[in-house]
Amino acid sequence: MGIQSKYKSKPLDCWQKGKELRLNYYKSLITAREEGRLLVSGSGASCLALPAGLGDFVYFSGEPYGASIGYDPAFSLEAMEAAEARGYARDMCGYMRNYWGSMFLDRYYFGGPFPKPDFFLTRHLCDAGHGKWYQVCKEYYDVPLFVYEQPVTPPGVRFEDVIEYLASQLYDSIEWMEKITGRKYDDEKLIEASRNFFKSEALWGEICLLNQAIPAPLDLKSELALMPIAIGIRHQPEAVAFYEALRDEVKDRIANQIAAVGDERCRLMTDLTPPWNFLKMFRYFEKYGVVFVGIWVYCINSGQIEIREDGVVLPAKTPEERNMPLNNRADALRAIALWHLESPLSQAFSSPKRKAFDIIALAKYWRCEGVVMHYNRGCPLCTLGSPEAKLELQKAGFPVAIYEGNFADFRELDESQVLDRLETFIQSLGLSKLED
Amino acid sequence: MDRFREIFDKRHDYAREWKARTGGRVLGYFCTYLPEELAYAAGALPVRIFGSHQPQDVTDRHIYSMYCPYCRDCLAQGLLGKYDYLDGIAKARSCIHMRNAFASWELNIPLSYSHFISTPSNIQSSRAKPFLIKELDRFKKSLEEWTAKEISQEDMERAIDIYNTNRCLTKQLYMLRQRTIPPILGAEAMDIVLSSQVMDKAEHNVLLQEIWQNIDQRQNERDPGIRLMLIGSEDDDTEFVRMVESLGATIVVDEHCTGTRYFWNEVISEEDKLAAIAQRYIERPPCPAKDFPERRRWPYIFKLIDDYHVQGVILIQQKFCDPHEFDIPPLIALLKERNIPSLFLEFDITTPIGQFRTRVEAFLEMLAMEVI
Ligand code: SF4
Ligand code: SF4
Repeated sequence: MGIQSKYKSKPLDCWQKGKELRLNYYKSLITAREEGRLLVSGSGASCLALPAGLGDFVYFSGEPYGASIGYDPAFSLEAMEAAEARGYARDMCGYMRNYWGSMFLDRYYFGGPFPKPDFFLTRHLCDAGHGKWYQVCKEYYDVPLFVYEQPVTPPGVRFEDVIEYLASQLYDSIEWMEKITGRKYDDEKLIEASRNFFKSEALWGEICLLNQAIPAPLDLKSELALMPIAIGIRHQPEAVAFYEALRDEVKDRIANQIAAVGDERCRLMTDLTPPWNFLKMFRYFEKYGVVFVGIWVYCINSGQIEIREDGVVLPAKTPEERNMPLNNRADALRAIALWHLESPLSQAFSSPKRKAFDIIALAKYWRCEGVVMHYNRGCPLCTLGSPEAKLELQKAGFPVAIYEGNFADFRELDESQVLDRLETFIQSLGLSKLED
Repeated sequence: MDRFREIFDKRHDYAREWKARTGGRVLGYFCTYLPEELAYAAGALPVRIFGSHQPQDVTDRHIYSMYCPYCRDCLAQGLLGKYDYLDGIAKARSCIHMRNAFASWELNIPLSYSHFISTPSNIQSSRAKPFLIKELDRFKKSLEEWTAKEISQEDMERAIDIYNTNRCLTKQLYMLRQRTIPPILGAEAMDIVLSSQVMDKAEHNVLLQEIWQNIDQRQNERDPGIRLMLIGSEDDDTEFVRMVESLGATIVVDEHCTGTRYFWNEVISEEDKLAAIAQRYIERPPCPAKDFPERRRWPYIFKLIDDYHVQGVILIQQKFCDPHEFDIPPLIALLKERNIPSLFLEFDITTPIGQFRTRVEAFLEMLAMEVI
């Protein structure tokens, strides 16, 4: 008989429902056309509520699709090679190359031909992706593209004209969509979808923060599996209902001390998405009683939290919870603009100093003993300021380990070297392998 | 012509001397989207921060190694104290690589002033200009606060005038290169533009005027050979250009940010000076990072190819430079479609001149056969 674990542990009850939602989402991209729904593609960082005023639609988010392909080295290799055969460099965004490759091959990872969008609509936050990513797609399919850009403004500073710039581009996007589809835009639908969008993002952020509890109710693998729902359908009531159920279940786990890792002895966090084809590394470190309680970029990308100037971390309040009514188009678009601008993700990309500050705040909030940083060769934007953040974390007293890899291109990952490196780090924290 | 090169090579001495002579402040900037006119109107000397092309080991702690060598080389100069005469730094939004260099400079090298301008990337949106005007206004106010001096309408008019003169004179010199025997070589043109990015424009204008007055006396007996164009990432590697021109070719025009992208269009006068400046930066030949959803670069590039009777293109890309990594594949395809041969070269902090020589020689041989 094995030694009894410190805490009870069991799989999430919501797991099956989450899996179903995820698969249904990817299937809906295949059937969208025959069901008469519009198919819109762009960055998962966009406001998915925007096309809602046109009627029924499916949003094909580029990044989670690139991540899904990243799970499967064989498919990913074919996709990457298809992009490289067209001259695109190996150091460009890994998700983008998976997406492009699948498009060039005309093979959808979940079966059948690549779902050709009716149009592309994207937020532009990343100067190494977003607008330029979908420009290539626009030209490949000869379908229209609209880009709305988020300015890079200093964290915490909200100039009225910055909000206005973003909101006015959103206005233009609506006129543009009406023009290219010939459909009348219904503001009520926009408002409803925006409400869901804000709620889902706030819920996802709140769920990530609940991992402050000891023992941590969620492990990183669950977070990684559940987040694509947020990226794909977070403007829909199903996403809100799912995240409400998940939040309640997580609270219940906390109340009953149900742990993600039964032998939790050490809590670590990471900054960026790990290589998708190498998630087993997290299981590996469970043998040391290590639980990875969160990913900085995950709770703020398609999730919203608030990190105050004094370092206090809080769940985000939706616009309506902050007494900002959503009565008409103007209200909704202004709320979306503000929501984008207030996202800690945007602020971190404006200022590496702020990024370091936020990672430290989260490391403290999650009660971490150390931070593992991924120098992700597949995402130039996410690594902006990473070395500076590392220095700041060390100054704040956190032991930091670094590994190099690529979240989407397995060719750039030396698995044994990463394991060796992280194992040394974990041992340096005074941990040894638990007995089986 | 040698004067331009000399000043660029001794740019730090020039800036120090300028400072001692005028008592003014020197503002380092990182990207040509910075509206230099405003800094100049504030009485400062805007100097573009360049690298040194020397191997270095001081940036790994601050910038991830897969960021472009150029941004790392620029930061290295700051960390090594080569720019210790700067009073402030400024940056306009362009690529994330330079954003990191700027942020790391701000974090690690104490200065009394730094400012970031969120120059729109979505410049094709009609909303971009009004927003840029506001950003320029914030830049202007921050400069006023820094220098404790108001920037008047006349200050801006004067600065715009001096900058426009510089652009106009440089463009006129460039246009002479359309001739069958260009009186100015590619390396010389690059020296002109590079020096303009580190000099007081009024002083640079004097040098340009001297060249202009004597241009017809320039006896260039040299056979231009193959007419080439340089396109791509930032490139201040004059050694490379001299090497190419030593092989029986002439670089007759370029499209990069130490060339035409920097000076090609002027500020068109209007009462609201900030609006006039904003218009200029919205309409300038775009960096690929700002060229979407439509392609405005292509018509501009192909017009230059036609006007300058270009026979072949050398595409230069700094390693890891994603803005250009997006544009180079479709550009190569377009050039091919239009029967314009091209050679792609990837640059690092130090350029392997020997290895590049072999490739350029082979390219020129191939072109020579086509021309025959
Ligand atoms: S580089 Fe990173 S942030 Fe940019 S589009 Fe790709 S995944 Fe997104
Ligand atoms: S060379 Fe490219 S990546 Fe580097 S600073 Fe210039 S545009 Fe940015």
